Amino acid sequence: MTNAAQNFVMVGERTNVTGSARFRKLIEADDYAAALEVARQQVESGANMLDVNMDEGMLDSEQAMTTFLNLLAAEPDISRVPVMIDSSKWSVIEAGLKCVQGKAVVNSISLKEGEEPFLDHARKVRRYGAAVVVMAFDEKGQAETVERKFDICRRAYKLLTEKVGFPPEDVIFDPNIFAVATGIEEHNDYGRAYIEATRRIKAELPYVHVSGGVSNLSFAFRGNERVREAMHSVFLYHAIQAGMDMGIVNAGQLTLYDDIEPELRELVEDVILNRRPDATDRLLEAAERYRGGGAQKKEADLSWREKPVRERLVHALVHGIGTYIEADTEEARAAAERPLHVIEGPLMDGMNVVGDLFGSGKMFLPQVVKSARVMKQAVAYLMPFMEKEKEELGLTQGEPAGKILLATVKGDVHDIGKNIVGVVLQCNNYEVTDLGVMVPAQKILDTAREKKVDIIGLSGLITPSLDEMCHVAAEMEREGFDLPLLIGGATTSRVHTAVKISPNYHRSQAIYVTDASRAVGVVSGLMSPQERPKAIAKVREEYRSMAESYARGQAEKARTAIADARANKLKFDWANYTPPKPTFLGTRTFRAYDLAELSRYIDWTPFFHAWELKGTYPRILEDDKYGEASRQLFEDAQAMLSQLIKEKWLTANAVVGFWPANSVGDDIELYADESRKKAIATLHTLRQQMARDGGRANLALADFIAPKDSGLADYVGGFAVTAGIGEEDVARRFERANDDYSKIMVKALADRLAEAFAEALHEKVRRELWAYAPDEKLGNEELIAETYAGIRPAPGYPAQPDHTEKGTLFRLLDAEKATGVKLTESYAMWPAAAVSGLYFSHPDSAYFGIGKIGRDQVEDYAVRKGWVIEEAERWLAPILNYDPKLIAEAAA
Amino acid sequence: MTREERIEALKKAAKERILILDGAMGTMIQRYKLDESGYRGERFKDHSHDLKGNNDLLVLSQPKIISEIHNAYFEAGADIAETNTFNAQAISQADYGLEDIAYEMNVAAAKLAREAADAWTTKTPDKPRFVAGAIGPTNRTASISPDVNNPGFRNVSFDALVEAYSTQARGLIEGGVDIILIETVFDTLNAKAAGYAVEQVFDELGVHLPIMISGTITDLSGRNLSGQTPEAFWYSMQHLEPFSIGLNCSFGAEQLRPSVDEIARVAGTYVSVYPNAGLPNEMGEYDESPEFMAGLLEDWAKNGLINIVGGCCGTTPDHIRAIAAAVAKYKPRKLPKVEHKLRLSGLEPFVHG
Repeated sequence: MTNAAQNFVMVGERTNVTGSARFRKLIEADDYAAALEVARQQVESGANMLDVNMDEGMLDSEQAMTTFLNLLAAEPDISRVPVMIDSSKWSVIEAGLKCVQGKAVVNSISLKEGEEPFLDHARKVRRYGAAVVVMAFDEKGQAETVERKFDICRRAYKLLTEKVGFPPEDVIFDPNIFAVATGIEEHNDYGRAYIEATRRIKAELPYVHVSGGVSNLSFAFRGNERVREAMHSVFLYHAIQAGMDMGIVNAGQLTLYDDIEPELRELVEDVILNRRPDATDRLLEAAERYRGGGAQKKEADLSWREKPVRERLVHALVHGIGTYIEADTEEARAAAERPLHVIEGPLMDGMNVVGDLFGSGKMFLPQVVKSARVMKQAVAYLMPFMEKEKEELGLTQGEPAGKILLATVKGDVHDIGKNIVGVVLQCNNYEVTDLGVMVPAQKILDTAREKKVDIIGLSGLITPSLDEMCHVAAEMEREGFDLPLLIGGATTSRVHTAVKISPNYHRSQAIYVTDASRAVGVVSGLMSPQERPKAIAKVREEYRSMAESYARGQAEKARTAIADARANKLKFDWANYTPPKPTFLGTRTFRAYDLAELSRYIDWTPFFHAWELKGTYPRILEDDKYGEASRQLFEDAQAMLSQLIKEKWLTANAVVGFWPANSVGDDIELYADESRKKAIATLHTLRQQMARDGGRANLALADFIAPKDSGLADYVGGFAVTAGIGEEDVARRFERANDDYSKIMVKALADRLAEAFAEALHEKVRRELWAYAPDEKLGNEELIAETYAGIRPAPGYPAQPDHTEKGTLFRLLDAEKATGVKLTESYAMWPAAAVSGLYFSHPDSAYFGIGKIGRDQVEDYAVRKGWVIEEAERWLAPILNYDPKLIAEAAA
Repeated sequence: MTREERIEALKKAAKERILILDGAMGTMIQRYKLDESGYRGERFKDHSHDLKGNNDLLVLSQPKIISEIHNAYFEAGADIAETNTFNAQAISQADYGLEDIAYEMNVAAAKLAREAADAWTTKTPDKPRFVAGAIGPTNRTASISPDVNNPGFRNVSFDALVEAYSTQARGLIEGGVDIILIETVFDTLNAKAAGYAVEQVFDELGVHLPIMISGTITDLSGRNLSGQTPEAFWYSMQHLEPFSIGLNCSFGAEQLRPSVDEIARVAGTYVSVYPNAGLPNEMGEYDESPEFMAGLLEDWAKNGLINIVGGCCGTTPDHIRAIAAAVAKYKPRKLPKVEHKLRLSGLEPFVHG
């Protein structure tokens, strides 16, 4: 995402001399290089913003602020995020504002000295182009009660918006987090007061944000990190629900609410919510028991360490062990004549063993990706030596086997498969340029030209990407490219490549690649100048005959006229049916949902498929062929899963909605309320047109909702979930550490958690929210086998292949705001670890596929959607039972 | 017309059609092949420094030339002329020992453009002409160190920029411009200083002119010299509530398009673009023909991407004529509705809410 909507903004707190003794010492010692590393570490652990504070009596704070921010500007990895300029002295803030080119946040201004200085500072903040944190502080002092906190914020809000013209979305209130459990009775309500004040601010002051410095809260427990972390976590849990959406925290050091021991959690909760008078005493008493702690690691077999260095390197590569790789690489380098010989010698030997084992089916993708990680570490270690040699001796450093450009096309965000292909190609000594996701055609072509690549590879998962791939192929033709174009990804196919993509590109050839294991074979066939023409000719011939037989097949698939299909719709006995009513209407949001809870709903089988281990979980763990690789992968996955839960790498959000609804023909009308007079949206559905006989209906999703003329009060639900908030940052962190294995792993896990979330939420809907199956008790296997009543079909999938319906759904749910998931121009969800769909409650509703549809329905659908027919044909391209081009030609 | 009436007319025109900005000043000046004495004119014949190449000085030493160029662009169909003041502030003029006459240069430049614009407004009252006071980036960067071994060092401060820009803005406004154009922004911090100065001068003079802002992309990575993406750049400048935001110079129209797209998507204000006539050829000349460039820009207009269009390095009145004709039949870009979100930036944008 460019940079992603986040529901909770983490402001890194370690670059603060008042909060971090270490940072203060570095600044006092003028060690700015180390101070910058503190900033970098914060950004790498996921801070969305950096709080910089130089308020220390012994320092020239203006000078320190200026020096640090100027140095920060020279570090693009750090200065990509906005800065929060933190000082209680206006002169220091102003010095900071004069150094930042981005739009920063000032922390903070207040009414402490009255309205005039407040207004003056606010106007200046605006003129310098920054957002602002306003403390709940006025002429009488810092606000401690809910009422005072709120009143001060409301007063500041009015002054800022009415007198200064400050945009309210640029205002962040800090209603003061003070230490609790100090032993002083008046302090007991501080936690609750912040939370309640937050709730009122968010409800009554539109568009503002609420922030706070969390670590103040636990000041009384200095030295007892376990209790402090539990306090922060419990506090945030409640404050975020109340609307706190930004916090100054030690990014990457938050415990998960549900990971806290229940006893400690309750004690802490009593303190924070001020639930009982003896809460502080009880927590103090228990605190001693919760100091420190840590788990023991199991011993590993280290006998291979006794072998000569060459064999150790091969062993490390084949087994994907990175622990000793730098020491071993150094030992080999010291013994070799040139650093390049280490790569060309033992390292390539090791990778060749990996390649042979992979080629003969004895090693599998996850293991290969791990080997690649070790290889990258070794090469990264050797790079400086090679650079130096090049500089001093002018020696050249080996050529790659070829240059490949990879990209997920514009509008699409899915990249696990593409990442795997990239790693496998790199293992085989190809230079891979990976442009990431949502890459426009022009950027692909410009980069290809600039880097002089040999082959371009495109990836995509959702159906609109197929169209974009055709576009890229056509642009390559137009701009005179003659490079092979590889096509891969879940919805791509050999037939589509042959019939739709290939005709756009004659100068060279579009070639479909089944999966990552085939990529190397295809690429190496295309690299050799002798083999390339032959390989291309072969593919071209194959695709030509495939296109011909496809055209013949097309003519034969007769469709029922849409009028007849409608006459054969599914007819429920509506007269004897009462649709269940949901427990609420409108939407409900779930933020920062418990990941540990979700992990219990994971369907692991698709996880193994993502790594090209084909089989069913849990049987695959005992599989003769895949068992060992699967067990290893599963163990790594479990380890990362528990770490990501504990350290909150990802945030899971969801929104659910229910609306009064009735079907009208093939559409579903949604109403504002039970009077059912005002329609607020129409969900369009498509109907099967395959020839039917013997009583089977031609289905449309609208059939599952009571028709308007039945007079029944029916309902439809909708949802959007994600478990991918934060995923990109974590993935990028791994990428920078040359760790593709973990990068792919975290994405695969986020995908699984999102699917698990959809499953868990659907269960909650059936049992509690729609509550038509309150007593349902199913195990995970039964859930996966979908033995429950009601369905949750997703736009873009077989029952409604039109992705654009997601637009309506997202609008109804206000899903982007509620969950942080955005839709791309192709209606892919971003972050990719997201699921959305509709809920139908009828006990006989079932999943089905629309199949191919006729032009009569497309014309009708276009009218209903308010599209011209070409637009309908574009979005429905994969399910058209005819070739629009042929029809257009016939008409002309 | 008074300035207030002209500003109203400008806002009305922007709603109705795509506005045309003029083309390159430097390219046109080159055609006069001035030598050292040409640049000096009568007044500066004994000045201590070489003055050849100081184009901004020509408003004092060769005012006729500058008037002719403004007229040529208005004749070609430009709605807005830029004053010849790209480097007319004390920091850049210090290279010529002319820092003390920066104010005078701006007043004179604004008057020349004002006279030409008013004459054309009288001639074609249905197409009123406007003057934009051009404020360039200076020759220093406030957020980049010129010394690779000392990344924290700066050779110009925010305050020094504010001072130089204030004098320039005062001169332009008192000389009669309708618009302030902060352009060719390569370092966003310089532009923020310019914006700060301009707003201060507005307060001081009790006026408020529309502000146009135009950044420049320095290479095909799509970022400006100081490393910001176009979206991040917009968030850094949004507080000035500018009349328009856009990009100029950089390279030709084709290469600039993705960056302009990125801004157009998120900016709830008008979008401007005035590219170079292509990339320089082996001889360092810009050689995209008027028809070719107009063809590219017509496609932008057709797709509803732009509100204000013109030319930068290498463009001539013929380019502006061709561009004006090509975009005339298209409606200006519609402003997108922008949601209330916290939009911050470092080098990259950060949106929350």
